[in-house]
Amino acid sequence: MTTFTDPYASSQETTEGRVYSVTGGDWDALVTEIGATKEERVVVNMGPQHPSTHGVLRLILELEGETITETRCGIGYLHTGIEKNTEYRNWTQGVTFVTRMDYLSPIFNETAYCLGVEKLLGITNDVTERATVIRVMMMEFNRISSHMVALGTGALELGALSPMIFAFREREKVLDIFELVSGLRMNMAYVRPGGVAQDLPAGALSKIKQTVKDLRHNFKDNEKLLVGNSIWIKRTQGIGYLDLAGCTTLGITGPVLRSTGLAWDLRKAQPYCGYEDYQFDIPTTDTCDVYGRFLIRMQELEQSLRIIEQCVAKLEKLEGQPVMVADKKIAWPSQLSVGADGMGNSLNHIREIMGESMEALIHHFKLVTEGFRVPAGQVYTAIESPRGELGVNLVSDGGTRPYRVHFRDPSFNNLQSTAAMCEGGQVADVIAAVASIDPVMGGVDR
Amino acid sequence: MSEKGMFGVSGSGDTSGFGGLVNSTVITGSTQRPFGAYFDQVADDLERAYPLFSDAIEKVIVDRGELTLFVKRDRLFEVAKILRDELRFEMCVGVNGVHYPNESGRELHAIYSLLSITRNQRIRLEVSVSDQDPHIPSLVEVWAGTNWHERETYDMFGIIFDNHPGLTRIMMPDDWPGHPQRKDYPLGGIDIEYKGATVPAPSERRSYR
Repeated sequence: MTTFTDPYASSQETTEGRVYSVTGGDWDALVTEIGATKEERVVVNMGPQHPSTHGVLRLILELEGETITETRCGIGYLHTGIEKNTEYRNWTQGVTFVTRMDYLSPIFNETAYCLGVEKLLGITNDVTERATVIRVMMMEFNRISSHMVALGTGALELGALSPMIFAFREREKVLDIFELVSGLRMNMAYVRPGGVAQDLPAGALSKIKQTVKDLRHNFKDNEKLLVGNSIWIKRTQGIGYLDLAGCTTLGITGPVLRSTGLAWDLRKAQPYCGYEDYQFDIPTTDTCDVYGRFLIRMQELEQSLRIIEQCVAKLEKLEGQPVMVADKKIAWPSQLSVGADGMGNSLNHIREIMGESMEALIHHFKLVTEGFRVPAGQVYTAIESPRGELGVNLVSDGGTRPYRVHFRDPSFNNLQSTAAMCEGGQVADVIAAVASIDPVMGGVDR
Repeated sequence: MSEKGMFGVSGSGDTSGFGGLVNSTVITGSTQRPFGAYFDQVADDLERAYPLFSDAIEKVIVDRGELTLFVKRDRLFEVAKILRDELRFEMCVGVNGVHYPNESGRELHAIYSLLSITRNQRIRLEVSVSDQDPHIPSLVEVWAGTNWHERETYDMFGIIFDNHPGLTRIMMPDDWPGHPQRKDYPLGGIDIEYKGATVPAPSERRSYR
């Protein structure tokens, strides 16, 4: 056996057999050394720090040559205890926490959480129409930006660089809209219990209309690159197979479920936020594979644009309506405005609470330090996030802070299908299968 | 449940009176028929398919338009199987744990959210066990997707799911002591040391209730 002194690769004898650590460097020496052993079965740790595992995901692959005999996922590397933390903050502050869970779909986390809080408060029907339409519009923009990352990084992980560049170019446009509306590009804490943090700034709708036009035009670039591309098809067609029976028993939702031909989308099946009033289709394929999921995501982009256009038309009619519930015991008191210095309290509001109205000052102080009380009980609200059913379990004990916040994140659940999709396939196809699940580790680990 | 005081005042010479406040909370009691919406239909179908219904279901709560069936843990597996096979609740979308330290004898709750695509309905199962005997039968055989959810609930609450194929911690490191989402487990709990200075753990800092 050759001995080598590569500082990046070493090996040691353990009770489980010889373990090789490789962190880059000289692969030839390693291949030579492994080739000298008789064993055909190799266990490979892919990740958690690996550029193609879609985040800090650790895949433990058992291989016979190039074929995978067993796959397991190691998760928890991004566990931040967000659910525990929310129990120590008031209900409104919870938004700031949950928006950081699945960091590619912050608006969905916020909306699901706020719909739950509103259900507990019993004010679901008091949320103004303008606030709801803004939520829908922001969610659909977020679906586009999330799908852009799914498509871009998915293609990148399979070795196609250009789709990633196009996808991130479009995502940038969507993030500009987020910045214009909420002041932040991600983790906006924009949706609040009772409405949204602030109304659209002046001129936002015309910018949004222009963006929709640009996006619709630019989406064609990626479509031309990938749809029907023979290399792309060879890498994705028939890969990562999971049929309807597998999906239901594993609780899989989202594009993976729709790639089995079942048009299950909570926006149609169990509408929330007034989705029943919008015209849109649910794209499906019946191939159960990575290519089918890719096509679904591509088509959902157009459907999201359709919904955004309808939102813009509605918002033009709803000009001037409030974006927060009227009940001053619940509505967050600050009146945010995007000023020259970024986002802050509007000067008029500060003048009012500091100099003119004792009542406003008291409300502001009480709501900000203590928060509003939420009647005891538990609810489950679910919305259709880009990755599937995003469910929120909320338990209140009647206090100003949540008793328990639990997110049923679609990434967490869907990642369980990795083994079913990968076992029996090739190592290279693991990357395609995991990319088609589109897990976001922030959501998986919370 | 009750909560004493306000603004986290305790053991001080507080004269504000906030420390003497007692907030008590009433958790909704059992709901009687009719339950409303599709809930009567679900209960009827389950009673028809499962003769031991009255023995297995401790109580039914309909609150805020959602149905919760409180199931005895010994019957949970049977009830789940019938809900899947006869009532066509094809999916268990998740398991959620809640710790109620004041409910003696039933401190730990596991809550299963079920979804039927065929019926387009949702219901919820709730099982409660005591701290001393935190065993619940695993539903992985019924819905394979509960695998990770049960591991998470075990990790966070210490509920042991019997017959689970591999009940190990999922979020926390394998050698982590304690179950972080329990109410007696402090947030953080460990002082933060940085360059010789110590910041008290978040659980030791001032809090507002």
